[in-house]
Amino acid sequence: MTDLQTLPSLPPYGMAKEEKRAFLTAELTQLCDWHAQRCPEYGRILSAWPTRLEKAASYEQLPFLPVRLFKEFSLKSVADEALHKTMTSSGTTGQQVSKIYLDRETSALQSKVLAKIVGEFLGKQRLPMIILDSSAVIKNPAMFSARGAGILGFSIFAREKVYALNERMELDVEALKAFLDKHQGEDIFLFGFTFMIWQHFCAGLHKAGYQPDLSKGILIHGGGWKKLADQKISTERFKAELRETCGVTRVHNYYGMVEQTGTIYMECEHGHLHAPTWSDVTIRRPEDFSVADKNESGLIQVSSLLPRSYPGHILLTEDEGRILGEDDCPCGRMGKYFEIAGRIQRAEVRGCSDTYEQKA
Amino acid sequence: MTNLEKYVKAFSEALEVPESEVSTLVYGESAAWDSVGHMTLIAALEDAFDIMVDMDDIIDLSSFEKGKEILAKYDVEL
Repeated sequence: MTDLQTLPSLPPYGMAKEEKRAFLTAELTQLCDWHAQRCPEYGRILSAWPTRLEKAASYEQLPFLPVRLFKEFSLKSVADEALHKTMTSSGTTGQQVSKIYLDRETSALQSKVLAKIVGEFLGKQRLPMIILDSSAVIKNPAMFSARGAGILGFSIFAREKVYALNERMELDVEALKAFLDKHQGEDIFLFGFTFMIWQHFCAGLHKAGYQPDLSKGILIHGGGWKKLADQKISTERFKAELRETCGVTRVHNYYGMVEQTGTIYMECEHGHLHAPTWSDVTIRRPEDFSVADKNESGLIQVSSLLPRSYPGHILLTEDEGRILGEDDCPCGRMGKYFEIAGRIQRAEVRGCSDTYEQKA
Repeated sequence: MTNLEKYVKAFSEALEVPESEVSTLVYGESAAWDSVGHMTLIAALEDAFDIMVDMDDIIDLSSFEKGKEILAKYDVEL
């Protein structure tokens, strides 16, 4: 496997199709073996898999684990003494949560790769940051969930930061005004979860009758569309709302999950989600799990080179999407680009921003 | 105050650990130095030495000792 120093220093979108396929196949095959030797449960999965590791012609032939396996089992490839932290996807009440075991190496790898990917969109400079969420998410350990972890993970891009919402989830107009006065003329990094932005930030601006000038803003948001899709809010509507309420035009959604923190799929200027060098998406047909063609919808499999402390390197999600192309997006970034269609029927409700339950 | 004193003070105040104990600190090994404490520490170091630490260095700053090497890159001699 590529060593831990070299791996994060690769360019995020610089590897062409054939080279990337060979690279991922070699790395992921070795990762399968790595986990089989360290995680007995994974070892049994691998031995039951029809294709032998050395016979796998591409990483698409390697075993893919359903994400919900991490809810039902404690899967780890490190000794308990080496555990650094355990990430959980905070499912809503009554749901089981995923438990992802991280050691220091995997955790550092995640941070470094995330920094490389996001750096492509924000630039090298750390920027003043407005967190479109409530400070309570960080302050209250009981609330510290995927949302808190996301905010913290993205805080390394900040030079100075302010929360847009107070602890009661109301817009903190005074704090925002003071922050924007101080950073006039500078690029500003805005970060938040899609649903929270819609429900509390955009709505809060309307309510307060406050129209901040965020035309220098770069917004990165994630956490899934489910709640907005339920309200029939489209991507276009979301972007139009942001443009109108505060003038922000550079808006990048990202697709990612706690099971593969670090390798997020960023939306480019042309509205396409992009797979970075360290990971890939494969679309599988739900009937027989065969690999779907370009433009054909199916289940999204995500493969990532980062998970070393838990066998989450190849996962079958419950999200539906389709590949739009590879290496030829007009934005110039190499790698596959794709779109998400939604969650499959009868799948459990999950996702980062979905961790917030609105009280009636 | 010497630079080393400022450095020790930044660790002590940001991570809420007595000055006598900071020299053995390693990221993630104590409750004080978790991911929240880490960003507080970076902010404290940036204030103390009037520098702006790169993203790569924020991630690499994983111990009291390692931090000294990193600050040297910003012409801060301890």
